[in-house]
Order: sequence, then structure tokens, then C-alpha cells
Amino acid sequence: MNASNTASLSRRGFLKGAAVLGGAMVIGFNAGGALAISTGSAPAEAVGFNPFVKIGPDGTVTVVVKHFEMGQGTSTGLTTLVAEEMNVPWEQVAVEFSPSDEKYKNLAFGGQGTGGSTAMANSYLQYRQAGAAARDMLIRAAAAEWKVEAADVTIENGQLVSGDKTASIGAFVEQAGMLEPAAEPVLKDAASFTLIGKDKLPRKDSMAKTTGKAMFAMDVKVPNMVYVTILRSPLFGGTLKSFEVGAAAEVNGFVDARALPDNSGVAVYAESTWAAIKARRSVTADWDNAAADTRGSAEMLSEYTDKLSAAPTYDVTGKGDLTEMEEAAKAASRSVSADFHFPLLAHAPMEPLNCVIEPTEEGGVRVHDGCQFPMITHPTVAAITQLPPEKVEIITYYAGGSFGRRANAQSDYHAQAAMAFVALGGEKAVKLVWTREDDLAGGFYRPMFAQRANIGIGDDGKVSAWSQHTVAQSIFKGGPMESFVVHDGVDHSSVEGVVDTPYQLPMALGLTDYESPMPVLWWRSVGHSQSGYTMEVLMDMAAEAAGQDPVDFRLAHLDEEDENQARLAGVLKLAAEKAGWDGKQVDGKGRGVAVHKSFDTYVAQIMDVSLDADGAISIDKVVCAVDCGVAVNPDVIRAQMEGAIGYGLGAVMRNEITLKDGIVEQGNFPDYEPLRISDMPVVDVHIVPSDKAPSGVGEPGLPPAGPALANAIHAATGKRITSLPMTSAGISFA
Amino acid sequence: MSITLKINGEAREIDADDDTPLLWVIRDELNLTGTKFGCGVASCGACTVHLNGKPQRSCVFPIGAVGDNEITTIEKVDTPEAKAVQAAWQELDVVQCGYCQSGQIMSAIGLLSDNAKPSDEEIDTFMQGNACRCATYHRIRAAIHRASDILEA
Repeated sequence: MNASNTASLSRRGFLKGAAVLGGAMVIGFNAGGALAISTGSAPAEAVGFNPFVKIGPDGTVTVVVKHFEMGQGTSTGLTTLVAEEMNVPWEQVAVEFSPSDEKYKNLAFGGQGTGGSTAMANSYLQYRQAGAAARDMLIRAAAAEWKVEAADVTIENGQLVSGDKTASIGAFVEQAGMLEPAAEPVLKDAASFTLIGKDKLPRKDSMAKTTGKAMFAMDVKVPNMVYVTILRSPLFGGTLKSFEVGAAAEVNGFVDARALPDNSGVAVYAESTWAAIKARRSVTADWDNAAADTRGSAEMLSEYTDKLSAAPTYDVTGKGDLTEMEEAAKAASRSVSADFHFPLLAHAPMEPLNCVIEPTEEGGVRVHDGCQFPMITHPTVAAITQLPPEKVEIITYYAGGSFGRRANAQSDYHAQAAMAFVALGGEKAVKLVWTREDDLAGGFYRPMFAQRANIGIGDDGKVSAWSQHTVAQSIFKGGPMESFVVHDGVDHSSVEGVVDTPYQLPMALGLTDYESPMPVLWWRSVGHSQSGYTMEVLMDMAAEAAGQDPVDFRLAHLDEEDENQARLAGVLKLAAEKAGWDGKQVDGKGRGVAVHKSFDTYVAQIMDVSLDADGAISIDKVVCAVDCGVAVNPDVIRAQMEGAIGYGLGAVMRNEITLKDGIVEQGNFPDYEPLRISDMPVVDVHIVPSDKAPSGVGEPGLPPAGPALANAIHAATGKRITSLPMTSAGISFA
Repeated sequence: MSITLKINGEAREIDADDDTPLLWVIRDELNLTGTKFGCGVASCGACTVHLNGKPQRSCVFPIGAVGDNEITTIEKVDTPEAKAVQAAWQELDVVQCGYCQSGQIMSAIGLLSDNAKPSDEEIDTFMQGNACRCATYHRIRAAIHRASDILEA
């Protein structure tokens, strides 16, 4: 996922087989964001122009969005592309989430799923083409009826227009739907865009989410449904030997308790969520822990440190110069060396994981979920329920956050729900509900990372040698995407952000894997969640060793003749200008800078902190500059920068998942305190105007936030923080 | 056992144990799903409803303790403060995933009902118990100020 994700399509391929949406049940939101569910094929009166566009006789355009909405703005963004090409007013456009179907695959993945900040990048041309194709068909239908040339017909503000003739697009839906789509629909010229790039296009999900009407999977209730909680082994890798229902049977609403077919836990069924939560407290179980991991965080850290001191398993840069580079760095007249340590992190989306699986009248199953990876969930549920894939449907709802958690190679919570469904006999619908405690102790964490770096500064004041050894548990090894990401043993996600840094640095990089049965997972910005921190704290340390201004020092390592380096330099200079960076620090305050490229997007941040009388830190303000190519929805981009900064800050400030004897020590939010409003700085986002292909915005705002804060704290206190979270490194926050 | 709840202007008969948290009655029995489950320990505020117009975490509030008090949920809240808060939230596009926002809005309405012109510090203090993992806080602050302006106008 490190390559450019902006896919160009074979247009014939895209239009081939484009027809009325068939078969699946779809869930949609009307133009105001309220819920509408339709079963069977697309609503009888609406015509599908291609898999992505349906138009009703009233002229309402429904955009079928293939990327689930977890807050990142896909229901607004992909919709913008179609509305732009069709010249229909924003209010006339409704949104619907796609069913699980090959037609809706992510062009960057080759399967249906959302992640890696690819949604806009891979959809940009596809959804514009879908809108342009529909526009062209409507125009040709009107031209035939009006007996004029198609070139003399336009769509303006949702109306077909030719001379003195006008009609709603809805009036021509039927005729247009019978035409063959153009092989190469002509896209609008960027100069005539009215929606793409519009500063404040209202979000499509705002109304529903401010009135309590937005439907999340947690809100789904279907007939004949029982609620289920799962009692799991407290140890990763433990399996169920036996269990006792005990006093759970006395709980009002208790239905039953069954072992999951893979012995990963006990399913506790009840007539309400509360009864399922309450009954589980009384179920007791015996676990076989022979294969379980009983190491604690202290043992893990010690193993990580031992591995850090040993020779790396993999030579990432492949030049066989790991030792020489380290020696050169140490031998330089000015040098920097540091060890970094990053803890396990939970994603903790606001909506605890859940989904509903119900039997269908056709003998299949229907999954109700905020589904991030239909490409994994669909076959996983089919395998567990022993159904052919065509008997499995997935209905996607708004997702109450994810940050990566809902997508994984095992489709863990869907698999659990499917097993609970099967274990109960497959006749009743089951709604799996995780509590916050299940979520925080549920694994799939951002892996622990350790880094050791040695940097030398040459006589020219630039980096003359940079050696770095990373120890990490691989996210991708053993998973279905391994072949895309792991090459010659190196999981690219363990070293991304370092090996592909735009800075001109003489680097030698090593990597060693850590192994554990505890599942780890991508967490917002994946490897960049720690590599951005390491790189940008190290660049600050190197600038200090070189006696240079941190902004100037970074710019000196970027060759602006090269587009990639120029774009990184561009955001850095923009942030510095907007923040009024002059290299001066003020007593009692601190100002730090960081800049990082991830997912083809460039982000720089300048962070201001202040110290109170007790030395506690307040984060006052962040100036952020972003270059993500064409800014399709500027306000969504700003929102994603604000959100990623907050999510990143909360984690580096005080979040860590720790284990004692293999058992997670954090229970609920009080032990994994989320960023609060009182922690949140003012955020001022500036977007670089660009005509480059759009790249992602969900993740790239995060990597610079931590190091910008660390560098600001260093400026204020003189303290370098190389072990996270900061509160465990002796930093207190006001 | 049977309990009568006054909720959203109606009296509803509920058959549930006294110790059942109000949240689960609202969601599972009354199908008012705008009120959310986030933590179950009154630590995130996603379950915030109004009890006689004041914000109350419903996930730790047993139905046996509701008594005669009037419950209002996001679906029916319609005071001038509520309308101003929802309008401001929509105007500034505060939401991201949206899961916490019913609770944020119910708390913000409570704040403005007590304090028509809160400062940033007062907003931070009052809203501290409402977590947003998308970190929409910067806009929540701005939207509360905007709602305050709407109410003043």
C-alpha cells in the first residue's frame, strides 16, 4: 500500500456489465441522511446507470458508496465526485452503502475493503467516470426525444437543458437507462468544478448524526434475535477446556451458554444486551493455557532490548553495510544516538465491536455490520456457516470509528458472531456485543516497537551516516496480504516512513521480528505511527547536534528539484510561514516542528506548548499544512487533520496497553484514558493548492503530531522523550 | 418487575429488573437507539440523556432510581438550546464517526441551559466527561460558541 494508490481504470472494464444493481439488500440514507432500507433489487422506480449511480424519477441521484463511513468522510467524498460530473445540486444527492460484491472492490487492494487511506485515491476517477457516464446517457436520451444534437444538451443544476427546452433528469431516467453506456465518458475539466474543492460542502452524514437517527450496527434489531457476549481466555492463545453456567442461569433474560466451535470462548446468549453482559459475569471457565503467551510487558521490553542489541535479522537497505554505517555514525565528530520504545496500543473506537448475523428466508445469512473488509468478512462468514458465498449478504451501516480495528485478516469479531450463530443452531439471529473491557483486552494492538539509531553529522553540517535497527512484531506475515507487503522477509510496514523517507540521508537499516501468539494489527497510520516519531525526533536531535535551526536543517536535506522532496519541503515551509516560525523559543513555552509523508500525503505541523508553575505541559496550538493532491473536500481534509492530530496526541501522551503474566492490565477507559476536550489544542489547517492526483487524508495527519509535541516539550524543558507514552517517561500534562 | 418511565413526554411500562441500567431499557426495550453504549462505566458520555433537563449518564443509572423524573433522549430533545446546538453542529460539520455525538449534544445542551455564554475553559470543564475518539473537540468547542451566538440572536 506504499505505492501510489490513485488507480486509473480501463474504462471499458468499468462499464462492462454495468447494469441495474441486483439481488442484494441495500441500506441507504436519503438526501437528509435519514435511514432507508430496501430489499431486493434497487428501488423499483430507480434506475441503476452503473454500479455506482442510481437515479429516481424525482431526479434524486443515489450514489452507491463502496467504502464504509467510519467518520473519514467517504459518504461525502465519493458522492461529491458523482454530483460534480452530473451537475446536480448537492441536496438532490443521496448516499447508499454498497453490498458485498466484487463490483465494489478497492482498486488499490483488488478486493472490497477500506484502509490505507486509499478511499478517495482509488475512487477519484472511477466515481467521476460513473457520474460522467450517467450524465452522458441522460443527455443522449434527451437529445433523441428533443431531436437535437447531444452536443447541444447540457445538465445544469439537475435540469436537462437545450435551448428553450428544460426537463428534470428524472423525466429521462427510463429512456437513458436503456442506452448503452459510453466506452469513454468525457470527464469535466477541473476548471469547471463547482463541488470538487468547494470549501464548505455540507457532510452527508451530519444531519443523521446530530439527531440520533444515524444507524450503526449496534442499533440493529431484527426479528427472533438473541444477544450474545463472549467469555474469552484472559491469555492470548488460551483455549476452552470446560465451563459452568452457574448463577448465570438465574439472570432474567438468560437464554443459553455454548462453547464456541473453535474453543476460543463461551458464548452467553440472552434476551437483551444487559442480560448477556450480566449473565457472563457468572459463567466460569477452565482454560488450556499450554500454547498461551504468559509474557508480561516487562519481559517483552527486555526481549525487544536484547534483540535490539543483537545483529538484525534483515538488512532492509540491502547494501551489507549495517555495521560500517553504525561505526561511521559513532565515529563522526558530532553524533546522536538514541533508543526508542513504543508500547502496544488499542484502537478503542467509540462503538464497541458488534455485529448481527441473521438467517435469511433463502437459507443463507445476512450480516449487519459497519463492515470495513467485506473481502475478508464475506468468505470468513461463509466458511464458518458452511454456506456458498452467494448465500452470504453483508449490509453496511455507519461505523462508530475503526482506526484500523474493524479490518483484519481473521475478521475476528465477525468470525466470533458466526460461530455463536452456528453454536446456537443457526435458527436464531444473534447480535454479538463487545463491552469496552472486551475491546481493550481483545488484542489486535498496534505492535510494540523498539528502535536504535546512530547518526553522524559531517563537516558540512549534514547527516553523514544514519544507522537504525527496528524490532517489531510483523503485522502482515501470515496474513492474506503478505505477498504485497513482505519482501525478502522484510515486512515493509515495520520500516515504512524510514526506508522510504524523502529526506536525503545515507542510511543503513536493519530489522528483527518479535514473535507472539498475541494478534497485532495496523493502527491509524500503521508503521508511520512510530516511524514518524522516531524520524522526526531524530531529525530534531541531529539539528541540535549540528547547531542548526530545526526547519532549516530539515530543508537542507531535501532536494527541491525532486517532486517528492519538494512537496515535503512545501508543507514544511507553509507550516513555518503560517506559524510565524523564526527559530526563537520563549521562556515557559516551547515550539516544535515535525513533517512526514505517509500514504502519498505530506503533512507538517508546528506545535506550541506551555508550562505551568508545576512544570505540567499544556498543548496550546497546532499549525498544520497538508499536501494531499487535489483537495476534493477541503473541510473534510481539515477535519481529518484535526482528528488525526488529536488521536495521535492522546496516544503519545498517555496510552499504552500493558500485560502482566500475559494478562492485559487495562480494564476500561479510566485505565486507557482517551484524549479529552481539555487536552485538545487549537488546530489551524492549511491545504496546499494542487492539481496532483488526490491521496489519502485519514491517516497522514497523525505521524507528525507526536514528534511535534516531543520536540516542543524538548524546547520547553530540555527533555528528550524517546520512550512512550510520555506520562510514563515522567511528563505531566496540565 | 414492571416500572413506569416518563420518557420523551410519554409514560412507558417497562418490564425489567430494578438494577437494569436506564441505557439498556432505552435502547433494547424502547428502541431509542440514538443514545449510545460506549463504556458502561460513565467514563465516555456516549449514553448521556436528560433527567429533568440535566445531563445524566444512563449506563450507570438504574431504572429503579428514575422514579418520577422525566427522561429526554436525543430523539425528542427540542428546547431552544437543543435546536441551537444541533444547528451549530450541522453548520460546522462537527461529526466524524458520529457515535459519541448524541452524548456530546445532550451535554452541550445541558451546558448552555445553565450558562448561556461559556468560556473555552468552562466548555472544557463541562464537556470533559464526553470522549470523542475521532477528536472532534476543536469543532465541539467552536460549535458551542456558535450555538451560544444563535441563542443570543
